[in-house]
Amino acid sequence: MRGITRTVALVAGISSVALLAAACGGGNSGSTTSSSAGGKTGGAVTVRGCNPQNPLIPSNTTETCGGNVLDAITAKLVHYNPETGAPENDIADKISSTDNQNFTVTLKKGYKFSDGTEVKAHNFVDAWNYAAYGPNAQSSGYFMEPIEGFGATQCTGTGTDPCAGAGKAKSNKLTGLAVKDDYTFTIKTTEKVSNMAVRLGYSAFAPLPDSFAKDPAAYGEKPVGAGPYKLDSWTKNTEIKLSKFAGYSGKFGGKLDNITFKIYQDEEAAYNDVIANQLDVTDQVPSSAMIDDKYKTDLPDRNANKAVGVIQTITFAPTKVDPNYADPKIRQAISMAIDRPTIIKQIFNNTRKPATGWVSPVVDGYKANQCGEWCTFDAAKAKAKLAEAGGFKGGKMTLAYNADSSHKAWTEATCNSIKTSLGVDCVATPVVDFATFRTQIASRKMKGMFRTGWQMDYPSIENFLAPIFKTGASSNDGDYSNPEFDKLLNEAASQTDPAQANAKYQQAEALLANDMPSIPMWYSTATFGWSNKVTGVKITAFGTIDFSSLALK
Amino acid sequence: MYKYILRRLLQMIPVLLGSTFIIFAMVFALPGDPTAGMCGERPCAPAFVAKFRQEHNLNDPLLTRYAKYMGNVAHGDLGTTFRNIKVADELKQRYPTTAKLAGMAILLETLIGVIAGVLAGIRKGKFMDNLVLVSTLFVIAIPIFVIGATLQYYLGVRWKIFPVTVSPDATVYELLLPAFVLGSASVAYVARLTRTNLVENLRADYLRTAIAKGLTRRRAIGLHALRNSLIPVVTFIGADFGGLLGGAIVTERIFNIQGVGGYLFTGIHNRDGVSVVGTVTVLVLVFLLVNLLVDLLYGVLDPRISHD
Repeated sequence: MRGITRTVALVAGISSVALLAAACGGGNSGSTTSSSAGGKTGGAVTVRGCNPQNPLIPSNTTETCGGNVLDAITAKLVHYNPETGAPENDIADKISSTDNQNFTVTLKKGYKFSDGTEVKAHNFVDAWNYAAYGPNAQSSGYFMEPIEGFGATQCTGTGTDPCAGAGKAKSNKLTGLAVKDDYTFTIKTTEKVSNMAVRLGYSAFAPLPDSFAKDPAAYGEKPVGAGPYKLDSWTKNTEIKLSKFAGYSGKFGGKLDNITFKIYQDEEAAYNDVIANQLDVTDQVPSSAMIDDKYKTDLPDRNANKAVGVIQTITFAPTKVDPNYADPKIRQAISMAIDRPTIIKQIFNNTRKPATGWVSPVVDGYKANQCGEWCTFDAAKAKAKLAEAGGFKGGKMTLAYNADSSHKAWTEATCNSIKTSLGVDCVATPVVDFATFRTQIASRKMKGMFRTGWQMDYPSIENFLAPIFKTGASSNDGDYSNPEFDKLLNEAASQTDPAQANAKYQQAEALLANDMPSIPMWYSTATFGWSNKVTGVKITAFGTIDFSSLALK
Repeated sequence: MYKYILRRLLQMIPVLLGSTFIIFAMVFALPGDPTAGMCGERPCAPAFVAKFRQEHNLNDPLLTRYAKYMGNVAHGDLGTTFRNIKVADELKQRYPTTAKLAGMAILLETLIGVIAGVLAGIRKGKFMDNLVLVSTLFVIAIPIFVIGATLQYYLGVRWKIFPVTVSPDATVYELLLPAFVLGSASVAYVARLTRTNLVENLRADYLRTAIAKGLTRRRAIGLHALRNSLIPVVTFIGADFGGLLGGAIVTERIFNIQGVGGYLFTGIHNRDGVSVVGTVTVLVLVFLLVNLLVDLLYGVLDPRISHD
């Protein structure tokens, strides 16, 4: 869930307008998703960066600041197509399976780490074992969860140190991984996984060189990957310098010789630098420049926006925490009472698209209108639905949000919409900051409704369903549980044909409309701006810069 | 005189201990768990939380933690932030930049402020006086971020006279505009303080005597009236310097200056108590030293004030 944490980097970021800025752009995307391609080879550019939260270890980097750097310097088994998000083999020559549970991965020969050593099968297996092993406390270690033996690598104790004494992890190796030869290894998963190849492009699955094991701390300061760029220097809080890796043998290399991430505290400063051509690319346009599409006049022909895999939702507290919202009819009534288009127009200047389901349109398997009439504003129907459910018993509704980010305006507008349509009082309730907000949700103390967001980890319909709505899933904030839904997800995971798997996932998604565990609000877009020196700026489905096409004019 | 300085220096110790403890307690008393937001909308793995809490002594009671922290500080170790960067390294990199910025701001505000104040004071009630009063009122009334953003947009983005943001080197030229923005509000106060005091002193008996003795008006004002009038101004500037060091948050953000202000803000935001306490400890120290300096300057400006 780097995705989600990437969202967090935005949501909890210093700037209260970060999410607004990063996750929205012109609603009418499509025509302007990139500048013209071409450009010359070589040269140096600067792009907006921010402070990585952790040392730059691929399995311990869960937010955009470090993730953007790692994306440029690491190569993974698969690479996501910057236009479509579809996985394409990178280091992997072939990932094969007959049953979606036993996978054989063969590597291309000749891939090198930037320290000169060759990428071999054990580099993957060792890296993934390191990521999974509980005491290493890697923040994206849970990505290894589907692999057999994950449970034994986790600490089971409670209290101040779950890894002490009896809680010690039983094994530091995933039994599901085995090296066959230098260029082949196998993966066995606990359950069937239909989208394994799609997942393997995430940076947590990047291979680590042999030097990593000797000194992980030194690696975190100066990471070594097999990607098209290598890290030259990292001046804390100031800049991260990358240069082209001469030994890169993959097909996703870049045109530029040098890329410098210039670290900014504030996206407004970065944006002004781009206007003045003192910074080459920014992936955040401040909300002040969004008003009346000001950025389009500030940066004529130097801006682009594209839909990204982010969805904003409103989740209901679990029934045992707040029984007032238990009836799906009440949930549907609330969803129908929200006038999404008007809120988007008034609050977001049309930079988001009303959601018609729980899955972002950028992923393979997306199906429109899964939420059906419940996501279409109709005050009269909403009121009738609420009456059918016997009215709202809780007195007034609450919609909680973290006050350290720019959620006040839209939550209040949403509550107003609910109040006007249903005639039930609704209050947008601020919680001091993101950390407190998430603590209350995680400890199941939050009542009523609260805002939730999801940014995909990997471009798959599964990623918008399983981690959020499967029984007991890690991000199932509403404790949603539906045996039939779980069964459909399992069936989908066992399909070897992607189209059939998607069909099953879509069936599962359709069930959500009956239960309404959360209200889909809108899909986000990312807006970029660039200087007059560069060309080939493409936004990936993750809302990041595609370094393979970026070039000087 | 030396006894006085020594006494003042010794007095700093309890002040420093008290203020750091209050800050330490306040930062760590904030509700919420610092690890809660670290792994996003998904709770962090228990092993991750445990390691984190242990590394940062979060399991100890507050007093023990403070004692451990101060023990390290006594050894010159200001601790490590939640992002695993040594606070001392951060501060070493950031304080010079902020000090340069604050110093330039003080210089600008003193220069412009005193000149404007003197011009207004000696021409009381005339056009110049009114001009200074109205323009300072105008500057005081506008919030600093408006001044900063406006000047950045016109002088930086549109007319390209100054760089839009400050590079890591933070050269004097790059800092000129931010320093002006930072000092703008204080310029107004300095001008008004100088003017009021000068007007007051111009009516004083000793000045009449000086002029009666045959001193030129220029000399009487410059040497006698102005010197005495500067005492409150110096007090203000002294206090202002400490304020500027810590309070440059807005300016540093607008111009992307890698200084202390932004660091402090981020530290508070991330509940990174160690970095906040480290930064503030140095700030308190600077504040106390500047205050001492100001007190000593009184004696220089007005020999009637003695510290013996």
